[in-house]
Amino acid sequence: MMGLKNRLAVVGVGTTAYGAFPETDDYGLAARAFRNAVEDCGVDKNAIDGLLCCRIPYYARMGEILGLDPRWTLPMPAHGRMSGMAIVEAMMALESGAADYVALLYANIGRSRRVNYGGEELAGIWDPWGFTSPGAAHALMFRMHMERYGTTTRQLAEVSVAFRRHAQMHPDAVMKKPITIDDHEAARPIVEPLRLLDYCLINDGAVCLILTTADRAKDLKKPPVLISGVGARDAFRRSAISNFDPDFWYAETREAGEAAYRMAGVGPSDVDALMCYDNFSPTVLFSLEGLGFCGRGEAGAFVEGGRLQIDGALPTNTDGGHLSNSYMQGWALNVEAVRQLRGECGERQVKDCEVVQYVATTPCTRSVIYTRG
Amino acid sequence: MLTYNKPLPAQDPLFEPFWDNARAGRLSIQCCRACGDRRFPPGPICPQCLSDDQAWEPVSGRASLVSWVRFHRAYWDGFAQDLPYDVCLVQLDEGPLFLSNFAGAPPANLQTGLRLKVVFEPITERYVLPKFVAE
Repeated sequence: MMGLKNRLAVVGVGTTAYGAFPETDDYGLAARAFRNAVEDCGVDKNAIDGLLCCRIPYYARMGEILGLDPRWTLPMPAHGRMSGMAIVEAMMALESGAADYVALLYANIGRSRRVNYGGEELAGIWDPWGFTSPGAAHALMFRMHMERYGTTTRQLAEVSVAFRRHAQMHPDAVMKKPITIDDHEAARPIVEPLRLLDYCLINDGAVCLILTTADRAKDLKKPPVLISGVGARDAFRRSAISNFDPDFWYAETREAGEAAYRMAGVGPSDVDALMCYDNFSPTVLFSLEGLGFCGRGEAGAFVEGGRLQIDGALPTNTDGGHLSNSYMQGWALNVEAVRQLRGECGERQVKDCEVVQYVATTPCTRSVIYTRG
Repeated sequence: MLTYNKPLPAQDPLFEPFWDNARAGRLSIQCCRACGDRRFPPGPICPQCLSDDQAWEPVSGRASLVSWVRFHRAYWDGFAQDLPYDVCLVQLDEGPLFLSNFAGAPPANLQTGLRLKVVFEPITERYVLPKFVAE
């Protein structure tokens, strides 16, 4: 992917309000995010000839609603790990000429549909023993991190506290009530050692990104945000327990991060803001170690003292993340990366923001490095 | 009459030998007759050498504790009366990871590496669940 450095750009971003919207559906949410992204960049809607649909029931119905007949269409499943994968796919479609302008659409109506993320809707081989849910898989991993490295739940709380503080500065965020480390410790246990404040939200909403080539981007409304680096590694051999890895996807995150850094020509110390997939708070610790922001086993101490907060050394998930802003499964974090680089973030703006990194440490680990065009 | 209302194993031909062995009081894992690869859960072919020639092999039933969690939420109604309940992740001495429960109360000195051994708990006429106790 080295040859694609700075050749593709995010030109338009659009989001909906976040919350519970039983009066509409996936399509209605996605359509509004699309309209907002088109307005954001000023592209002629009919010039969009690439359509990527994630967590949207049927791509043809989506195209009908938007009035599009693309040259390139790609449906992707509802899994949370898709956003980084989707961006890489769109880059290749644009670079190859399969499409000139790609709209990437994501919609989630999980709150109104009362999605549980466990039990009968996610049947698995460990059900007879009562084991289910991605949250339980992350509880297993965090217990291992505690045992191996002495990490504490009070250290883990720093992640939730930082992102909640950011959500208070984000007009669209769902959860804004201030929380403390003690609040985290006293929260209702779900699957110990994890508690309610370690879990992502479940809410409705939609996101749209519009990507094109850096050349075409110059003709649009706002300064483009360039995709400077990407990295990828999947881990399927150790899939016996869904959403679990006995080594916290350390090698995969390291490899994806190094590939992205090498391509972009930057390192962790150049990153002005980190957008870190936070399905559950421990994922943030695993990501920080894998990317090399701190040593192995040191993430608990690293996040202490508010380091991930807006005025800390590594502002992370400045929109509030999945824990406090919105459960847009990585998509809203990529939007926040773009808005930070454009300087559109108001109270939560990171000063002199030039390099923003996205990472999703999952069975399909991806990292994307964005820079100002 | 009491009925078992927790989730039962899915009907999957690949797993039938595992449940047959469990009913006979044997914990087993799948092994490749061509290259010796051993694994759980099973697959239709060997992920190392891609051979069709797969068999089931009894294991010692001895294991080390890797992790454990306590569920405070019942994702199935059948587990509601057990809340909170524990799930343990063990590594069988033969290599594969296995998720299970402690039989009875959890061991007092829970820590990584705690030595465990399998016991068998009948749940229906067809199925016996392997669970673990301190060695």
